[in-house]
Amino acid sequence: MSDETPVRLSIDGNEVEVPAGASVLDACNAAGVETPTLCYAENLTPVNACRVCVVEQEGARTLVPSCSRQAEDGMVIETDSDRVRHSRKMVLEFLGSGVDLSQAPDLERWGARYGARPDRYGSGAERIEEDIRIQDDLYIRDYDKCVLCYKCVEACGDDAQHTFAIAVAGRGFGARISTEFDTTLPDSACVYCGNCVAVCPTNALQFKTEFDLRQADRWKPEEQTVTRTVCSYCGVGCNLELHVQDETIVKVTSPHDHEVTSGHLCIKGRFGWQYVHGN
Amino acid sequence: MADLHIGVDRATVAEREAVDAVVAASLGPAVIVESDRLVRGGTARRDERRHLLLPALHALQNRVGWISPGGLNHVAEVLQVPPAEAYGVATFYEMFRVDDPGHDQDVVHVCVDGPCQIAGSAERLAELRAGGVATHASPCLGQCERPVAEFIQGRARPDRVEADREPFALPQAGQAGLRLLRRIGRAPRVDPGSIESYVAAGGYKALAAAFGRGPDGVIEEVVASGLMGRGGAAFPTGVKWRAVATEPGPRYVVVNADESEPGTFKDRTLMENDPFAVIEATTIAGFATGASKGWIYVRGEYPFATERLANAIAQATEAGFLGRGIARSGFDFELEIRRGAGAYICGEETALFNSIEGYRGEPRQKPPFPTTNGLFGRPTAINNPETLVNVLDIVIDGGAAYADIGTEGSTGSKLFCLSGHVARPGLYEVDFGATLGEVLDLAGGVVGDLQAILLGGAAGSFVGPDSLAMPLTFEGARAAGASLGSGVVMAFDSSVDLLPVVTRLAEFFRNESCGQCVPCRVGTVRQHEVLLGITADRAVGAPVRLDDRTVLLDEIDRAMKDASICGLGHTAATAVRSAIDLGLIGRPPGPGDDGHPSGGAS
Repeated sequence: MSDETPVRLSIDGNEVEVPAGASVLDACNAAGVETPTLCYAENLTPVNACRVCVVEQEGARTLVPSCSRQAEDGMVIETDSDRVRHSRKMVLEFLGSGVDLSQAPDLERWGARYGARPDRYGSGAERIEEDIRIQDDLYIRDYDKCVLCYKCVEACGDDAQHTFAIAVAGRGFGARISTEFDTTLPDSACVYCGNCVAVCPTNALQFKTEFDLRQADRWKPEEQTVTRTVCSYCGVGCNLELHVQDETIVKVTSPHDHEVTSGHLCIKGRFGWQYVHGN
Repeated sequence: MADLHIGVDRATVAEREAVDAVVAASLGPAVIVESDRLVRGGTARRDERRHLLLPALHALQNRVGWISPGGLNHVAEVLQVPPAEAYGVATFYEMFRVDDPGHDQDVVHVCVDGPCQIAGSAERLAELRAGGVATHASPCLGQCERPVAEFIQGRARPDRVEADREPFALPQAGQAGLRLLRRIGRAPRVDPGSIESYVAAGGYKALAAAFGRGPDGVIEEVVASGLMGRGGAAFPTGVKWRAVATEPGPRYVVVNADESEPGTFKDRTLMENDPFAVIEATTIAGFATGASKGWIYVRGEYPFATERLANAIAQATEAGFLGRGIARSGFDFELEIRRGAGAYICGEETALFNSIEGYRGEPRQKPPFPTTNGLFGRPTAINNPETLVNVLDIVIDGGAAYADIGTEGSTGSKLFCLSGHVARPGLYEVDFGATLGEVLDLAGGVVGDLQAILLGGAAGSFVGPDSLAMPLTFEGARAAGASLGSGVVMAFDSSVDLLPVVTRLAEFFRNESCGQCVPCRVGTVRQHEVLLGITADRAVGAPVRLDDRTVLLDEIDRAMKDASICGLGHTAATAVRSAIDLGLIGRPPGPGDDGHPSGGAS
């Protein structure tokens, strides 16, 4: 832990103390204020692209992204002012007007809280409409659900995997997560660690097992059990969370707070579980 | 190569040669021998070479007309950049294409913004296309004084602008009282291609004066001068330099010559016609801030400015004004030019840094600011050419003398880019304090009945004929709820239907948004769609309802202003909203127009 002096700041009128180097988002959490986030994840470097976590900082001309703004002594932060509510509403509304958020329940919940009305832009509003990319048996890419949060790029790049198989390509509303020349995943640098799938907040990236079950209308998260175990392949000791439905593994994740994995796995731990079922 | 996964496509000989020439010119042998790679590969290699990505992509585009999979793979291999990231960079820029053009012609870029739009760019594009010419509809090309502007992207020969071959005529040439423009277009002519001519006209006296004052002395004078940045943000230059100078080295100086604000052509004029002044001032900035390296990022559509700057750098180096131990001072300073490739957003300083570094031109979150975390993460002073050229007189005459010029809040003189319906479009210099009407009069006044002025560029706002008494100072514009921006004064007479103009402004931001943050990426699209809706209603003769649309635009604007990452999103709705507030759109077009806006807004 840092031995620097902690910083004190005000969140919605309440004084909180956080360690030096903490973010405003950390301070909001410390104050018990729930903050919507989308592109933020504990195990990734903040890219502050989605702007749904913005808060009002006294004296600042614009709102500030709480996930990446360092908390400073004496800051006065409002998390529920008119300006904050408006920008959060618009970000959620903008996203809902352009992509399919039906498998992102958190975003839908926040949208309702802030009164987002994505349908008010009418049927003529441009949306992302692309064919689902199914190129292998391990995971699929459904760009109609992609909110361009950069998490998958971060996980594939220097936040976890250092594979750099994907990057953002294009510009503006035409920007997409892409391999070079949109080459198929098997022909790309992808090593199928699945860390991109694990960090995707909207199911734009989906394990094929989940995708197939959803297509068959048999995806039942409420019936699933999650069992924590240790991966049996090598000696590193990655922890696995086996999501089981109807006595079959349907998904493998890893705890974000695990000291070995920080939520990330390799292809074996992530996808190599078929032997459990003897096939 | 073991480090990176490179696909099966291979570069042609031509592609390979084009890329290797760029890399070899900067780093020595382009292809890394395996023993070297194994010892020094990986991240270190990437850091060392990545800044050559943009020049390498330029070389490919120029040689074969596109970035092919094989060509991209070769770049990726040579520069040790992951192919997906190189593709992400290639697809970011207007001047690069990643599909085979299917021809081997030059491509003529035709400007479709503002002054060129009302001068008939649509007709010009149609005419060129009918003649079998490969064309590209381009955002503002920075030649607004000579619409319809064109830029020719060469195929296996240099890019060029035909209009640059004509002798340059400055409207105010030879007038007394010019400061920034005093060497341009006057007789006897100061030759922009000759350092002897520049020195004979008093060039490099400022650098000598700077050496006499010392770094701190220079910064003190610049602070005392009250000089503020001329790019639109109006940040005090001396304060910026002092902040950089007090940071640990290495430090950098960057010239932001990615002039892309629609209606702006001042920096192009300076670089083309007084390149040594830009370089001398940059050298002074390097001396004052303790930087030993400077970068000039010139927009890709300015080939002539690039050529003149390159020539000036070569001559200055030859004459001992750049390089090691400049003018026996013990100060070392070198300058490198980088060409942009067509992206308005790269005029945003942190996007510009990313672009030089070989990343997508996406702005970074501030803080941290460039003064501490700039180019390559180092403390960086970034200024545009106009701001820098002001420093020459400040260093010679002192900050106090400079501060006497202009007004208390806006010191010195300012360049204004006049375009559209004025008698003599062009670049004009006035001491701060002149009113909008006075500046228009300098250009021979408005042709026809003035309907509106777009002040400050696409990121600025429209003002009406009742604003002619507004002093064109930072404080004067602010008091009127406007902004000087980059010095754009674009006049529209009453014959212009402004709905297409405003709709094109909205489209400009939609196209130029980098796409990184949600408010701007989607907000600019939704704003454009609202204007397309108004256009569609009007086309079928339906009553143009503005009330609910104004509410929606207002909501979009507030979110973009409050929650976008950078200035592009913050200002993307300003001009559109001002047009609605002034009642400039929504009225019926065509004959019978009495010049008085009417319709839905009232």
